[in-house]
This record gives sequence, structure tokens and C-alpha cells, in this order.
Amino acid sequence: MSHILVALLSLGGFALVAGLVLAVAQKVFHVESDPLVDRIDALLPQTQCGQCGYPGCKPYAEAVAAGQAEVNHCVPGGDRTMRAIADLMGVQPKAVEEEAKAPMLAFIREDECIGCTLCIKACPVDAIVGAPKQYHTVIAEHCTGCTLCVEPCPVDCIDMLQKPELIEHWAWPLPDTRRARQGKVRRGQHAGHA
Amino acid sequence: MPAMLKRLARSLGLVAPNFHGGIEPDDRKLTAVVPIRDCPLAPLFIVPLKQHIGGICEPIVEVGERVRRGQKIARADSYLAAPVHAPTSGRVVKIEEHAIPHPSGLGLTCIFIEPDGKDEADDSLTPMPDWQQRDPAELRERARLAGLAGLGGAVFPTFIKLVRDQKHPVQTVILNGVECEPYLTNDHRLMLEHADEILSGLAILIHMVGASEALVAIEENKPDAIAVMRRALAVRDDLPDVRVVEVATRYPHGSEKQLIFSLTGKEVPAGRLPMHVGVLCQNVGTCKALFDAVMFGRPLTDRIVTVSGEAVPEPANLRVRLGTPMRFVFAQCGLEDFEGLHVLHGGPMMGERLRSLDVPVVKSSTGILAFSETALSPAHQAEDPCIRCGHCSEVCPVSLVPNLLADHCRADQLDKAEAYNLFDCIECGCCSYVCPSNIPLVHYFRYGKGQVAQIRRERAFAEESRHRSDARMDRLERDKAEKAARRSKVREQLAPEAAAATTAETKAETTTQGEGES
Repeated sequence: MSHILVALLSLGGFALVAGLVLAVAQKVFHVESDPLVDRIDALLPQTQCGQCGYPGCKPYAEAVAAGQAEVNHCVPGGDRTMRAIADLMGVQPKAVEEEAKAPMLAFIREDECIGCTLCIKACPVDAIVGAPKQYHTVIAEHCTGCTLCVEPCPVDCIDMLQKPELIEHWAWPLPDTRRARQGKVRRGQHAGHA
Repeated sequence: MPAMLKRLARSLGLVAPNFHGGIEPDDRKLTAVVPIRDCPLAPLFIVPLKQHIGGICEPIVEVGERVRRGQKIARADSYLAAPVHAPTSGRVVKIEEHAIPHPSGLGLTCIFIEPDGKDEADDSLTPMPDWQQRDPAELRERARLAGLAGLGGAVFPTFIKLVRDQKHPVQTVILNGVECEPYLTNDHRLMLEHADEILSGLAILIHMVGASEALVAIEENKPDAIAVMRRALAVRDDLPDVRVVEVATRYPHGSEKQLIFSLTGKEVPAGRLPMHVGVLCQNVGTCKALFDAVMFGRPLTDRIVTVSGEAVPEPANLRVRLGTPMRFVFAQCGLEDFEGLHVLHGGPMMGERLRSLDVPVVKSSTGILAFSETALSPAHQAEDPCIRCGHCSEVCPVSLVPNLLADHCRADQLDKAEAYNLFDCIECGCCSYVCPSNIPLVHYFRYGKGQVAQIRRERAFAEESRHRSDARMDRLERDKAEKAARRSKVREQLAPEAAAATTAETKAETTTQGEGES
């Protein structure tokens, strides 16, 4: 009888100690896991363009995380972003409806600008500088090409230009061999069907 | 066991130093016996504002300005950059974008100089014949101001490597005269004709980095250069710890990391520099250019270019001013009609096909080669399936698995390609050379690297845009809160008077308004 008692006590004591250690460890070594919204947001191109139907990248990420939006609404992100989000959400990839346009850049024709500051208020990334009744101008390296400044301009002096292709940013294309071409076509079909 | 035997044989001096993998292509050094001659001045020079790895330079001359040979015409604003100098005296006629030797065919801002034929030199850099007494830092600044960049083809700004680092002291200087690319003979001829200058340059290098020994590496297929360098070394008493080493004729033995491994047995870790294993590696051409810059105050305004290939009537080694149009250089070797020809910039293994001949010779132009279209293999347009022969892995000098890597690049599985160490690939072309299925392996790796770089760039831009967007949101919130605070303050001040003067009706109205705003 006493043998059983010793065994019970010692094992029970051990379990208690282990449980306490684990409980403490959970508190002390607690790791804040990346919430889903932030992880989706990190995949988005942050143009804040609203082409997805939401007022910015973060709201879209929230909608996707809540299961209220499909994964294929980000137009500037294109196929690659869609795949990454689908992968994260564990859903089938779905082709992006609209073709992504070449990267654009807003340009203000300064001699026509009346200095109304409406475009400055519209810019989601603060890439336009200027003051009331002064010329405004776009800081080219910060512009995401979202086109949100075009609509509010009362004198239509904002053009969307194509971003110049820089030689340092040039990347080799796929080799132009039959196999490489075939592979690309097949991947495209796969994305369309899925 | 064979590896041990190999090591033993090497330590006994029975076999020439070597590295893992590599190939032995037909070397076709058509111009090995052709002495260097000067290329005449072209009618117009096109000088690109970037001829090195790093940032673009900023022009400091204006259209119409007269310049002299060696005058600085563009300054380096970023750290990783080498300034650009005028190749001859003349007038700046325009500064605009023009095609440069680059696989994209895209342009870069270039300074166009019309020579006046006088070829007057600029003397803003004073000669330093007393370099032994000078501080290494001063000599380093000279190497930077003279626009020196690695003339072996990689054009890494030279001054960056010439540093006395407390943490990584350089013990060994390796002078690279390997020249393993087929056809190219510019370093070979330079060693034959300027052995003494090269050795003086080496003495400057040793003084600058404080090395204890130096090796001059030359491939076995250049016995005349080895003999000349040994003879030049024997008569000098200021270079006691310098040896001329014959290395096996094997491509890519001239690649920096491969050469260091072959000579010292030290492996430069991925993503690190030779400095981190205590080695400084310099091309013989760069060494000669350093000598000129220090001894005579001459910036880098010319280089030796091998003009070769079966389609060139008189292959030659020419001393060409930087900025000379390629078409003009070929004309000096009797080639003017380019119908049905392919032109390569650099060697046949790593060089790139030129789309236009109106591009200038730049610091990286080791050679320009012309072949008939039929001589270059059209098989790469087909590309058969991989038969898993493993030949590509055997020859890869950095021990990668090229066939798997290419599969991942082709399928845009870039994370997997990176996991297979895509970025360790030196693009030497050995795998593509041996592939029986004609798979353009290196081309796939270049594609993969470009895609990864683009994604990283986009990620960085997205991150920055997010910060800007978040900052704007915060600001809008703050403005709103401040406005609300201001309003409630005004209301508080007005409140006693209001209580006294106004009716209960208006009071109720203000409260609802306040609630709506906050």
C-alpha cells in the first residue's frame, strides 16, 4: 500500500512541478504570432489604389482575412501576389480579372496648376508637395501610380506617365526557347482553371 | 582517397594548382603573338557616366566646354563608384542618353567629346614617384580619383579593396594574369610587354595593404609570359616574397574565388570578399593602371582590347581610348561589313551579345569578338529535356546543381532556387557549355536572379509606401483629435456665458453638435 502511495505522490508531485514550469514558460516565452491581417498586408504592393474595391491595402487585407473578399482583387499585385495570398489562406488560386498595367507615375503640369491642394489631400502616401496657391509637384520616387490624384484635380493638369525603364532595374527575360515558352503557357492555363 | 592523393601531389608540386570542376575549351588565342598597337583617335567619343559596378556618376562639364585628356568629367557621388575622365582633349558636344554595351540594349547618359587632335593631357593629378614614403590612405584616394576599376571584366571599383583593415589584414596579394577565357589575350600581351610596370604596380599594392607575400598567377598555356615575368622578377631586389605560379589551364581559373582556392586552399565564404580570408586579388591590367595613376598621375582613360573572332580579318590587341565606338575599333582590324555577323562583348564564355555596334568601349571591354551567325550554335533555340546526366554538376566550379536550379527558375519557384544557392552562381557558363541537351542554364539563372532582385525592390518600395501611408493616417487622426480638443476648449470658455445668456434650447443644440464632432 505504501508503495502505491509513494508512487502516486512522487509522480503527482512531478506532474505538478512540470505543469508549473510549463505554465511559467508559456507566460515568459510568449511569442506574439503574426496576425493573419498583417501577413496578408505584407504581401500587398501598398499602392493604396483602391482598385480592389476597398479604401486601401490594409482594409483589403482585413476583408480577405475575414473571408469576405476573394484573393484575386489586387490588380497591381498581379498573378504573383494573388498566388502568395492564396497560398497563405490555403485556398485555390484564381486568376486576377484585370491585367496589371505597366508601372505608372503621376506628373503635374505645373504651369496649369492653380494650387488648390486637392491632389495633396488625395494622395495616400504623401507623395505630392505644395501649398495653397503655389505649384504642386509629385515626388517621383515616392509615387505609387495609384491615380487617386487625377480625379480631384479641377483643372485636369495631372498626367499618368509610364515609369521610365532604368538600366539598373533591367532583368533578364526568360530564354526564348520552345520549352521555356511552353512552360509559361502551361502555368498560365493552370492559374486560369484553378 | 583520390582527393587526398590530389592534395598530396599538389603539395609536392607534381601537379599545377587547381579547383573543383571547370572545363577545358579550345583556347583559340588567335592574337597571342600580335603585339599591342595603339588604336587611333576616333572622330567622336561617347563616354558613359557609369563604367563600373555601383552608382551612376554626375557630369561636371557643360556642353561646349573644352576638356583635356584625363580631366575628370563626371564625379562619383556614391561610395561604390569610380569617376569618369575625358579620353582625349577636345570639346564636349552633347550630354544625352546613348546605348552602352549592356544585354538590355537600354541607354545611359553619355558625354560626347569631339577630339581636337592635340591630345593634351590634364595635370591635376600630380605624379607620386615617392610612393614608398606616402600614406596608404593617400594612395587609396589616388586610386579612387584615377577612376580605377577591375579591368578583368568585373569593373569593381579598385580603391575599395585597397584598404588596411584591422579586422581582416591582407597577408597575400594575388596578381591575376590567368586570362582563362578563350580568344582573349590582352593580359597576356600586357605581361609580355609591360612586365616591369606590372611588378612596380604590385610593389605599390603590397605597400598599400601591408601584405607579407604575393603570387603572380599565370595559366600554363602562356609559357612565354611566365618566363618574361620570372625574368623581370629576378632582376628586382625590392620584391623578395613574390613568386610567379603556373596554374592549370582550366576555365574558369581566372575567377577570383576559384583562383584564391587553387593557390591558397582558402575558400571565400558565400557573400563575403577575398579580404575576409586575408587575400587581395587584382588583375594585371588594373595593376598596371594603378602604376600609371601613382607614378605618372594618369587616370584610367584607355585599356587593352582584344579584337578577335573568326570573322575579323586581322585580329589584334589594341590600346583603345575609353569611349571609342566599337565600329571604329573593328574598322582598325579590317572589319567593316557586319552583315550576318554576331558580335560579343567580353569573352565567348561570359560575354554578352551586342545588339548595336554604335556602343563605346568601356572599362569592362576585355575583348570584342565577331563571329558569323552560323558559327554560333543555334541549338539553344531548341532546348531538349534534361536527361539527368549530371555533367553540369560535375563542372560547376561552385558545386551547385545546375539542372535542378534551372528547373526552379523556369517554373518561377524562386524561393526554392534561392535555397539551392542561386546567388552563389558566378555565371561562368561551364554548365551550359557541357549540357548535351543544349539547355541555356546560365540564362535561366540570370532570369531567376533578375526576378528575385525585382521582387526585393518591389518589397522595399511597398514597405516604404506602407510607412508613408501609416504616417499619413496617424497625422489625419491627430489633426482630427486636435480639432476636437480645440472645439471643446472653446465651448468650455463659452459655457458660463452661454449658460447665463442663452436658453436651454440652444444649449441642447451645442451638446449634440459636440457629440457629433468628437
